[in-house]
Amino acid sequence: MSSTVQPTGRTWKKPPFIANPVVRWGLLLAVAAYVWWALTTLPFDWERIQDGIPRAIRIFKGAFPPSFIRGELLFDGFMESIKIAIVATLLGLALSVPIAFASASNIAPKWLYAIGRGIIIVARSFHPVIVAIVFVKAVGFGPLAGILTLTVYSIGFVAKMLAERIEEIDWGQVEAIRAAGGATFVTLLYAVIPQIMPRQIGLSIYQLDSNLRASAIVGIVGAGGIGSTLLNAFGRYDYDFALAITLCIIGVILVSEAISGRIRRNLW
Amino acid sequence: MVATTQPSGPEAIAHREWSRYTSKERWRRYGAMALVALAVVWSLSTINIIWPWLWDAPQQMGDLFGRMFPPSLEGWQDIAWTLLETVNIATIATFFAVFMSLPVALIAAQNTTPNRFTLWLGRFILVSSRSVNTIIWALLFVAVFGPGVLAGILAIVFRSLGFLGKLLGEAIEEIDRAPIEALESVGASRFKILVYGVIPQVMPTFFAVSILRWDINLRESTVLGLVGAGGIGIILQGAIDTFAWQTVATILLAIIGLVIIGEAISAYLRKKVI
Repeated sequence: MSSTVQPTGRTWKKPPFIANPVVRWGLLLAVAAYVWWALTTLPFDWERIQDGIPRAIRIFKGAFPPSFIRGELLFDGFMESIKIAIVATLLGLALSVPIAFASASNIAPKWLYAIGRGIIIVARSFHPVIVAIVFVKAVGFGPLAGILTLTVYSIGFVAKMLAERIEEIDWGQVEAIRAAGGATFVTLLYAVIPQIMPRQIGLSIYQLDSNLRASAIVGIVGAGGIGSTLLNAFGRYDYDFALAITLCIIGVILVSEAISGRIRRNLW
Repeated sequence: MVATTQPSGPEAIAHREWSRYTSKERWRRYGAMALVALAVVWSLSTINIIWPWLWDAPQQMGDLFGRMFPPSLEGWQDIAWTLLETVNIATIATFFAVFMSLPVALIAAQNTTPNRFTLWLGRFILVSSRSVNTIIWALLFVAVFGPGVLAGILAIVFRSLGFLGKLLGEAIEEIDRAPIEALESVGASRFKILVYGVIPQVMPTFFAVSILRWDINLRESTVLGLVGAGGIGIILQGAIDTFAWQTVATILLAIIGLVIIGEAISAYLRKKVI
């Protein structure tokens, strides 16, 4: 490749990932310096960490074998999580459809677009756990806070994906309905909605699965469901019950992922 | 799509009515809707909601936001410093997770794993890492190592490992066979095949996936503090517990800012790498 060809004695070298040597070494140095700086400035509590290994052994001893003695509590927790997920998914979907229309740049006027995108950005920026804390403070402990949290969470995801799908629609059908004199609402109903329906159904099923997953963790801050049960078990040092709950959460998530994956594969 | 209800004949054809669904499709739709309605009714009727709390909710929310306004700038240095700490937790954890995920991805990919046992070991690591949420990992590590940043870093590392390993493993399974065959035919060792044949091919995916995960980790690191695992969550929890709502508002705005900046950086880097 290079112009100076040396006839013999050359050995081949792998071309580096970043061609410019200054950038390459500079980047490497910067990364190393950053890692060193971050590790030295983060407040590690080394004394407490040294206790970790015996504590870990104690926790694992306490956790095995997992105890299913309070199976009823476990079952109730899961049922509550499932109910939270169902109601929140439906509520979230109902709200995210108008928001998605508002944040599709090809349909909504500029001011509406700004509002819609603003709602989506706010809903997406906050981790569900943070939203859950605020709702727990506002409406009290229990599944209601969980439902409201997951509704916001659903809006963030479904409205964003749906808005992107709306922006990709075939514009010819909209023009046809408009040419036939359809009003705005009729146009949306007959020209836009049929095109986005398959995506919407896929998203709904995905979001149900996703909400079930999230409902397991929003409970940790008091928003009901299996997460609350898990936190209680941890707080009472019932590590064997906590392990049982965690195993069940993993099992339920795997099953629900498999079901939702299968349905979505059949749909698309 | 078109359903004819009447038998044939010119008269009947003239009076056909267009309908969008065949009757089978229609019944399936009704069935699906009934199922959804049933699920919702069952959920709402048995769930343990105190309804007056719901009717009260808009007022309560309004009250809460009223108290949050205007966001207080008091103690912003603390917030800024903790925010930086949060970024560091996310970045360091992603950094370590990336290195740890490489060997796991290699043994979890069918074409690079040494034998069946390692394949299943790799898959087991990926599944168990992925199906436990970061918060639950954090709960465990806080119990083991006490509250603090180490628990947070470990929680993110353990959760990211599965994500990175899975996507990277899939990329390894999809590589082009030809360079591998070329290396095999000149007698390269297994290690050399990995370094010169496999890794260069998955390098772009490797960086793209790492950047994506860094973005996700940034979001997750903002909540780790709520279970005591370091970062901005700790002062958020503190402010909520002391009803310092104006500080809460500042922290929430700071988190939005952080997440948006993180998303912008990761979008820029991804464009650069791919």
